[in-house]
Amino acid sequence: MAKITYIEHDGTEHVVDVKTGLTVMEGAVKNNVPGIDADCGGACACATCHVYVDEAWKDKTGESSAMEESMLDFAENVEPNSRLSCQIKVSDALDGLIVRLPESQH
Amino acid sequence: MSDLGANVVILGAGHAGGTAAALLRQYGHAGPISLIGDEPLAPYQRPPLSKAWLKGEADADSLALKPLEFYAEHQIDFRPNIRALKLRRSDKVVELSDGSSLSYDILILATGARAIKLPVPGADLAGLLELRTAADAEALKAAVGPGKRLAVVGGGYIGLEVAASGRALGAEVVVIERESRLLARVACEALSSFFRGVHETHGVIFEMGASVTGFVGENGHVTGVTLADGRTLPCDAAVIGVGATPNDELAAESGLETARGVVVDLEARTSDPSIFAIGDVAHRPMPIYDRMFRMESVPNALEQAKQAASAITGRPAPAGEVPWQWSDQYDLKLQIAGYAFDTDEVLLRGDPASGKFAVFHLKGDQIQSVEAINSPPEFMMGKQLIGNRKPVSKAKLSDLSVSMKEVVA
Repeated sequence: MAKITYIEHDGTEHVVDVKTGLTVMEGAVKNNVPGIDADCGGACACATCHVYVDEAWKDKTGESSAMEESMLDFAENVEPNSRLSCQIKVSDALDGLIVRLPESQH
Repeated sequence: MSDLGANVVILGAGHAGGTAAALLRQYGHAGPISLIGDEPLAPYQRPPLSKAWLKGEADADSLALKPLEFYAEHQIDFRPNIRALKLRRSDKVVELSDGSSLSYDILILATGARAIKLPVPGADLAGLLELRTAADAEALKAAVGPGKRLAVVGGGYIGLEVAASGRALGAEVVVIERESRLLARVACEALSSFFRGVHETHGVIFEMGASVTGFVGENGHVTGVTLADGRTLPCDAAVIGVGATPNDELAAESGLETARGVVVDLEARTSDPSIFAIGDVAHRPMPIYDRMFRMESVPNALEQAKQAASAITGRPAPAGEVPWQWSDQYDLKLQIAGYAFDTDEVLLRGDPASGKFAVFHLKGDQIQSVEAINSPPEFMMGKQLIGNRKPVSKAKLSDLSVSMKEVVA
């Protein structure tokens, strides 16, 4: 279990407990956190679960795969700390993780 | 004109219906919401059924769109195992299969589509399966395994995904397709032959241009598929994936306008202003192609759920989308954007032999659709270009050394 803070573009914070093994995307979707669309349900096919990982957590969330990089390269408003949240698996090590959401996923 | 206190009834608890219910609450709808589904499960994702779920890599919890508690927490009255029998528009009531009836201020039809059955002898034998629901997938999972012989009737996306999963589970798989090529209805020649090659490499046998005339069985269970040329292919189970037909009878019987699906406008509203139709059941306008049609895809279900929820809560309609879909087979990711309407040229980017390429369908110098295999840049950029209608340079588009960011003419 990890406590994850999702911060919407307008500053609204959502703090939810996410089970180990789920992804950061699933943690948002299953808790009805707005701002992560995840149209493809986690197949790394749509780039609509884009998040900005808080700098302090960049190393712990790991490296993105070539597929993810390539999808992100064409998403809107990409920053060096951009990730697709369906590709970040939740573990105890991510307890306290903070991610910020872009203005739009489309 | 919206009424955040309106009584909303949603018929169909699939991806479209479930998403509409959640979005209504997210958009501030305060009135009652009833979500009526004919399956035992709360809304779940169907795409993994033919892939991760079949291979045992996903369970019911991970498939669920939302945890079951979500519905009670958000005052959504989710009722499983119930179907609607009749829609009485004159007094705004739906009659349900449990004998009760529900009145509504606003009704959302999200009744989906059902698998087409083959009208041939033996079609009622046990071991003949389809793949629409988690229960179907459960039956299929039990029927495939090492040494089992699986016949797949229909070489479309569902058939091919099942074939790939069947091989991964060790089953012998034969795909029977009526047309002379795979994916004949939905993909181009280059893609058809590419997929055939990949599946053959993985040991799938193909019977092309073959019509199924019946099924034979022993003790009520299927043992073979009979073809028009007289041969019988032995099998332990068969999956029928020959397309789907919209569940639009309720709408049609109540006098709503239908045309291979329930006709809706850009807000997903039907010919009755109190009734919306979303997802597989809707026949909807698609302005970028200047026509109306029906789609069976998750992105379409989500988009229309957004349209309906926005209209009901008085939000501006979402910006027009570019339709898209995806398919995973073996280690291949196929991403498709748009539809190849009114095209005059097919352009290949990359070499199919490399397992990484894209096929662009052009109308003049505009992209109408793209089919991308393991090629996210081609998909992502292609999708944007389909939406913004920017003309492209064909020379650049077919030249792999030119980045997709620079193909605009």
